[in-house]
Amino acid sequence: MKYIMLMQFSAAQTDFPGIDTWSAEEVKAHIEFMGRTNEELVKSGEFVDAQGLAMPDHAKIVRANGGQAPLVSDGPFPETKEFLAGWWIVDCETPERAVELAAAVSAAPGPGGRPLNMPIEVRPVMSAPPREV
Amino acid sequence: MLGRRFGDFETAEDAVQEALLAAAAQWPHDGVPDNPRGWLIQVAARRMTEQVRSEQARRRREDVVVRQTPADQWSAPSADDEYEGHRDDTLTVLFLCCHPSLTPTSAIALTLRSVGGLTTTEIANAFMVPEATMAQRISRAKQRIRASNVPFRMPSAEEWAGRLRSVLHVLYLIFNEGYAGSAGPELHRGDLAWEAIRLTRAVRELLPDDCEVAGLLALMLLTEARRPARTGPAGELIPLAEQDRTLWDADLIAEGVDLITATLARGTVGPYQLQAAVSAVHDEAAGVEDTDWPQILALYGLLERMSDNPMVSLNRSVAAAMTHGPATGLGMLDALESDARLANHHRLHAARAHLLEMAGDRSAAAESYRTAARLTMSPPERGYLLTRAARLGG
Repeated sequence: MKYIMLMQFSAAQTDFPGIDTWSAEEVKAHIEFMGRTNEELVKSGEFVDAQGLAMPDHAKIVRANGGQAPLVSDGPFPETKEFLAGWWIVDCETPERAVELAAAVSAAPGPGGRPLNMPIEVRPVMSAPPREV
Repeated sequence: MLGRRFGDFETAEDAVQEALLAAAAQWPHDGVPDNPRGWLIQVAARRMTEQVRSEQARRRREDVVVRQTPADQWSAPSADDEYEGHRDDTLTVLFLCCHPSLTPTSAIALTLRSVGGLTTTEIANAFMVPEATMAQRISRAKQRIRASNVPFRMPSAEEWAGRLRSVLHVLYLIFNEGYAGSAGPELHRGDLAWEAIRLTRAVRELLPDDCEVAGLLALMLLTEARRPARTGPAGELIPLAEQDRTLWDADLIAEGVDLITATLARGTVGPYQLQAAVSAVHDEAAGVEDTDWPQILALYGLLERMSDNPMVSLNRSVAAAMTHGPATGLGMLDALESDARLANHHRLHAARAHLLEMAGDRSAAAESYRTAARLTMSPPERGYLLTRAARLGG
């Protein structure tokens, strides 16, 4: 079964400063951790995809009602308290294993090398074969 | 054989595969050597020593098992012995690939690679994971077999039934994967169903007297026969009751029905044979109202006594509803709700929804369809269940 692990940043649920305030060593350690995580996922035969998203400053929200020209608003959106920083898609044997992997990335090193304790949302990707009814 | 000599499953398996491919290419021109099996081992051993890893052979999608020379074409005097040996090596590789120490996903990948002869790229595409991930999955499966010290030989008489059950289960899982709707650019997941049929045919050639092997093959043929009618133009799921039966594959049905009829008449009945029999009853009916539901109910009754699978009881409830009316089936479903394996399973709610709809309770049926839609992990199934709920309103 495939699972997506969403790295969902939220001002309310994170208690560390933004990565743009970290020292060079702290940033390096964090990036190396992420790289190692991906390598280990490939080695364990579970890696499907991993992507980081550009900061919300680059976001645009597009809405169209099918008639008039679409409405495009540019980020950043000060009212947004949460934003998606990136995701992994893993293919693993059990839901417990997906939780274990999410726990590992939640504890990625942050300022002072301390675990970030980031909230990671884990959801199954719908990909089961349908049954005849 | 080579695995025994070198004690290295991975290398031996690659070498045997290459030797068989070489034989398949060479024998038509040069004729069959006096001692084909000895020749194969010689070639395989040479390749192992040279550590030849030909990318070309990896890319080739040859089916080792299917391409093996039938027994009646061996010209050496000890023809039967030679065939036996060859047969055993192929079966041994298959038993190892489906070893119970492997997880199902590992066993599936290893079987497709080592016995089916699919390339790693093809398998990766079929399961929609990167090639590097699939390569690691296959290599870890081989390592696991090595580490667990499973001997490279046929299972003993005591282990035989259990180990064969693992093999058949892996083949069945490969077949089911073929029913996922999404498709990669090269190998469609649907092709996995055909791959599973091909492999099961090959196993049947190797074990012609095993009734469950025949039962599984019949089940696959009789299920695959309905594929053209199972989905509409937009990939939407069409239930059995509403399928255009003229689209069913008559040849596959005829082959499957002949096979299961002959098999049931012959030996020990097992779960795959009973499921094939159910499928045969469906496939032979001109319409849902012409279906012999009492027979299906009886078959599920036998199956229920043979297996501890709550899905069987679920199917028996539906058959009971079709035979005796929806109230009977709904009562049986209520009794199943206490089974923890079923309580939160979408199929329990989907079955209840169908029976409630049969009973004319539209709003309760719609509610059950929506519950099932929330629980399913299959996108086409969710689409079907939501459509069904919407049709009923409420």
